[in-house]
Formats: sequence, C-alpha cells, structure tokens
Amino acid sequence: MEALVGTNISKHYTQHTALRNINFTIPDRSIVGLLGPNGAGKTTLIRIINQIITPDTGQISIYGEQLAPKHISMIGYLPEERGLYKKMRVGDQLTYLARLRGMTKKEALEKSKAWVKKFEIAEWWNKKVEDLSKGMAQKIQFISTIMHSPRLIILDEPFSGFDPINAQLITEEILSLREHGSTIIFSTHRMETVEALCDHILLINNAEIILEGSKSRIRSQFRSDTYEVRHVGRFETTGTPYTLLNSEQIEDHLFHSTLKSPRAENPNKILQFLISVTEVHSFIEKLPSMSDIFISLVKGGDRE
Amino acid sequence: MNKILLVARQEFRNRVHKRSFLIATILIPLIFPAIFGILIYTAIQQEKSATRKVVHYIDESGLFKPGGNQFDFRPFNGPLEDAKRAIAHDDSFGLLYIPKIDLYRPQGIILYSTVNPGMADIGALNNLMENVIREAKMRDLQVDQSVLDRLATNVNVLSVKVGESGQEQSTNSAVMSGIGMLFGLLMYLFIFIYGAQIMQGIIEEKTNKVVEVIISAIRPFQLMMGKILGLASVGLLQFLIWIVLITVLSSALFFFFGIDMSQEQVGNLPSAPPSQEAVAELLKVWDQIPITFLLLTFVFYFLGGYLIYGALFAAVGSAVDIPSEAQQFMFPITIPMLISYMSLFLFILQDPHGQISVWLSIIPFTSPIAMMGRVAYGVPVWQLALSMILLVGGFVFTTWLAARIYRVGILMHGSKVNYRVLARWFMMRN
Repeated sequence: MEALVGTNISKHYTQHTALRNINFTIPDRSIVGLLGPNGAGKTTLIRIINQIITPDTGQISIYGEQLAPKHISMIGYLPEERGLYKKMRVGDQLTYLARLRGMTKKEALEKSKAWVKKFEIAEWWNKKVEDLSKGMAQKIQFISTIMHSPRLIILDEPFSGFDPINAQLITEEILSLREHGSTIIFSTHRMETVEALCDHILLINNAEIILEGSKSRIRSQFRSDTYEVRHVGRFETTGTPYTLLNSEQIEDHLFHSTLKSPRAENPNKILQFLISVTEVHSFIEKLPSMSDIFISLVKGGDRE
Repeated sequence: MNKILLVARQEFRNRVHKRSFLIATILIPLIFPAIFGILIYTAIQQEKSATRKVVHYIDESGLFKPGGNQFDFRPFNGPLEDAKRAIAHDDSFGLLYIPKIDLYRPQGIILYSTVNPGMADIGALNNLMENVIREAKMRDLQVDQSVLDRLATNVNVLSVKVGESGQEQSTNSAVMSGIGMLFGLLMYLFIFIYGAQIMQGIIEEKTNKVVEVIISAIRPFQLMMGKILGLASVGLLQFLIWIVLITVLSSALFFFFGIDMSQEQVGNLPSAPPSQEAVAELLKVWDQIPITFLLLTFVFYFLGGYLIYGALFAAVGSAVDIPSEAQQFMFPITIPMLISYMSLFLFILQDPHGQISVWLSIIPFTSPIAMMGRVAYGVPVWQLALSMILLVGGFVFTTWLAARIYRVGILMHGSKVNYRVLARWFMMRN
C-alpha cells in the first residue's frame, strides 16, 4: 500500500500560486527526498499534508484513507522553523507535545522517559529549555517529532544547524525508523543527504512536480550512456557505434577514457568490444549525481 | 474539545507555577490600599507643611478682612499699576484687587498673578470674598448671626427601595457608588492585564517558532481557545484567592475592633450605643447588598469581557512579530474600554438608570465595565438578561473574527502588517 497519494492538489494565494495541480505517490517504508529551490512550494505541500492548511482542490490519501484530523497521531513533523517553550521543563515539554498528538498521559510519560534515556539526556529532564545548549534542544525537538511512533515522518531541513554528531545520531534513527515500518519525507537542499539516504525523489519547481520516482529509476532515466574505462593501450572507435569522448594517460601505459554508447546498449556488448581492442582494467557506467539532475532540471525549467 | 482543555491546562499550570503569579496575587490586594494610603498621607503632610502663599491686596471697598490660613495677605499701599509691576518682580503669589463694589452685585474683583493659579486657590479666594460680602450684607440688612445659625438646616434624605411585593429596603447611594466604582475599576484593570498577557503569550509562541509544531497537532482555533480559557481560569483563581484573602483580613479587622458581622448582631443594632450608629447604619446597608449576587455578576462579566477582548488581543498577538508592533492595533481595541471607563465616572455612577448608562451596560463592548458600575444600584432583570446574552454573542463574534486572523497570522514572519493585510487574512480560505 502507498503511504501517501496526492491527486490534483492546488493551492493559490492572492499573489501567487504555491501548487498547481500536482500528483504524487509516496511508497510505504521509503525515505523520500522532497527537493526544489526556495519558494517552489515544498513548505506549502508539507503544511497541506500536516493539515495546517487545506488545499484549494485535490485530495490526499494516507495509507488508503482520506486524510482527516484523526491521522494527526500517525504523523510526526519537524518544521524548518522549529522551537520549544523556553520556560518549560524538558519533561513537561515532551509529554505535553506527545499528548497533543493524542497519547495518554501515562504513555506520554513512559515514551518520553525512554527516549531521553536513549538519547543520553535523561539528566536534563527537569531543566528548563532556556538552559539547554542548541544541540540538546535539537535532540528534544527530534524526540518530540518521533516519540509517538508515527508511521509518516516529515522532516523539513532536519540537519540544518545540527552538529555532525547529532546529524549522525539522527541519520541512524531515521534508518531504524524505516526499518520499523515508517515512511520518511525529507525536505532538504543537501544533495549529499539525498544521495546517501533517500530512495525516492519528489522534485518541485515553480509549483509543479517536475520529477518523481525511485532514485534508481531516475538515475537510469537520466543515464547518459557514458562509461568510464581504465585500460592499457590506446584504441580507436572509428567504424563502431561508440564515441570516444576523451582519453588521457594517467600512468605509463594506463589510460582513463570516457566512452559514449548508443541509447540502451547492453553493457556486455560494449565490454566485448573493449576487450577486443584493449586491455580492460576497470569498466563502470557513469551515472549522473542527484545534484546534476536537480540543477539541469531546475535550470532547464527556468529557461522555458 | 479535549485538546482545548489540554492546552488550557498547560497554560494554567505554566502561569500558576510562576513565582510572579504568587507575588502578584498576594501583593496586589496590599499594594492598592497602600498606594492610596501613601498618597493621602503625603497630601496631608504637604498641606500641613506648605508655606502660606503671599497675596498682596488693594482694597478700595473697605470691606476686606484677611482671613483663612491658606494665604498670607499683605496690604499694598499705592496705585494698582505700581502693585502689578511690583508682584512681577517679587516672589509673591499674586495681587488681589477689590474695587468699590455694589454689595448686591459684586463685580470686578481680580487676582493678578504671575502664574496660572490652581482651582483650589481660586476656590479659596471665592469663598473668602463670599464670606466677607455676606457679613457686610448681614450688617447692611441688620441680621443677627444667631438668627442665621437657626436658619441653617441639614437634611439627609433616607433612600428606601420599594420592591414589587412591597418589601422595603434602605439603600445608600454613597456605598452603591463606591461599590460600582471599585467593580468598574477592577474590571477595567483585569481585562487589560489579562488581555495583554494573552497577546504576549502568543507573540512569544510565534517568535520562538514553537507554534508550527503545535498547530500540526491541533487546529489553530483549539490552540487560541485553549490559551484564552487557560488564562481565564488563572484570572478566576486569582480572583478567588483575593476574595478569600479580603474576607479573612476584614473579618480579622472587624474582630479586632470588636464588631461582629454576623446576622443576629446586625438585627439587634437599634440597641447599639449611639457612638456606633454610623457603623451600624453602614452595616445595615452592607447587609442588604447582595454580595454573592454582585460577585457572581462580576465573575460573569469578567469572563465575558475578558473573552471578548481576549480574542481580539490574541488576533493582534498573532499578527505581529514583536510587542512594539502591536501598538497600532491596540488603539481601536482600547477605545471602547476607555469610553466605558470614562462613562463610569461621567454618567453611570451619577445616574445609573439614565439612558446612556443603560445602553452602555447593554452593548457588549462596554457592558462589562458599565454594568458593574450599575449593578449595585439594582438593574431590571430584562436589562441584565439582554446584556448577558449580547455579551455571549459578542464573545462568539470576536472569537470567530480573531480565529480567522490568528490561523494565518501565526505562520507569517517578517511581513509588514497593516489593516489591509489583516482584512486579506480574514478573507483568506484556509
């Protein structure tokens, strides 16, 4: 079953259109990268999923059901603009937020105690938030996002302002949450995070979704049919379907060459050709990075 | 509903657990009497120690006799023009010029002064001159002072309220007006203090960015209502503590002075010694004021007034990023409050059953203060009922209005907000 399906979602404001008839599908147990330049409509979409605002048109279904207020307890949300009540104690803060998400007092207390223990901040339970360091506060915010075991977790720029240790902690936690059956939506500008964590991509630009699908499918969609070859001894491609884009000598007899093949050529055939003309040391398809795809699509869109 | 209660309870706990709540609750009932006491004491001290103002006088009528202890009168020998020049250069208060006057149409008495004299000074001089002229008239008409003394009469009209079934109740306008003033004032202070706290709380939530997390879990309306209701219960608790404190304190005082406030005692009052007659009179009236009814009415109007204005304060808080930006929007909110506050002294306490007073106590925005000014005098049931229904209606209206602005406002940061923007937010679909 799909975690989230959006159909024909539009949202207009007086001066601009934030989303124009978008459709998307987010598979269950995936980590989804919600990408797009600033002002593309990501925050609007996130707020619609969180039922903070309602779309002008369109519908969202969550695990097969029409999105409704009762689903709030299934969703965990860490906004980009996030904060805590400065004067409240850590424990009170966590239990309060958990209860707002529908947990009972007892559950909220048990869960928040377990989480602060896990994140090694149990001794901060009675401290006020204003006395915490920024890193501590970030841990509290993350705990409050996931402590009610949501099936759908939405993180808006989760790593902004996190130190590497916290970022690592949270990355591990995200992977373990997916392991336990949650779906995670990431909104981020950090392509290396997308590269490392996401297995599904949603790219929004100018209020429209311009790219959607699994990372591997998108990669293959944007494959350039180029291969990087290390080989000993020069070769020529004249008279073959292949083009030698460049070739440089890196050691005595070792060359590094880039070869372009016709569309959807079987790599084995290419390799056979190579073996026949040179001594192959390595052979790998050159795949575009998410960053390359993002930039080429968004820039291409702007030119239109 | 559950979530509104959850927010309300959290708000209540946060406020009540603060040290400032305890301090305010205990200190305020002490601070106000203390301020009054200090002011009255200093006023008396100032009067005692004030050096008498020097007033030169030129008396062409031959009637003037310096008197009173407020001024130090000194005759000036010389023409008026010289005198005027002289007072411009010394530090005397002024020059009183009394021309030859017709006793029965005294005109042309002038105080030349280098400063603008205050009302009290002019009043004192008027009194003095009136006495001087009256004595001259008595001599002229050959009236004896003893005859005049016998003519003076002091009447106290006893006011007795007759109920529909004919039962009689003695009333005391001074006590009623005192109660009206106290309740009106308290209402004004309460609404302002608690309204401002709502606004502050919302601005805080907005600026420390916690609000988006919260409204992803509950609807903005629930958050707003929860905060408003939570603070209202803080107000009620505070009010309750004050009533208990004041009751205990005043009972202790009465006990200390040997007067028991119990019913039987008041019923036996006719036999009380004459020295306690005034106190007995006061207690008799006091006994007939339906204190419980007044307190319940106060609680109702406090809640209603607070909710009406609280919702508006909440809307303002949601629209701005820092408290100083809120000033421009506070103004229209304060106007009806100021109107009712000023009317309290101008009309309501003077004429509690006059047309303006009645209407002000019925219109929702002014009724909390205006009705509290009137209610001790006794208000017809239909007026009270209409006023209360309209108050509830007004609260529903302002809450609806505020919620529409609030839901958009709390998510807006750094935008320049004016009334047009507020109107756009109000119209915006969610």
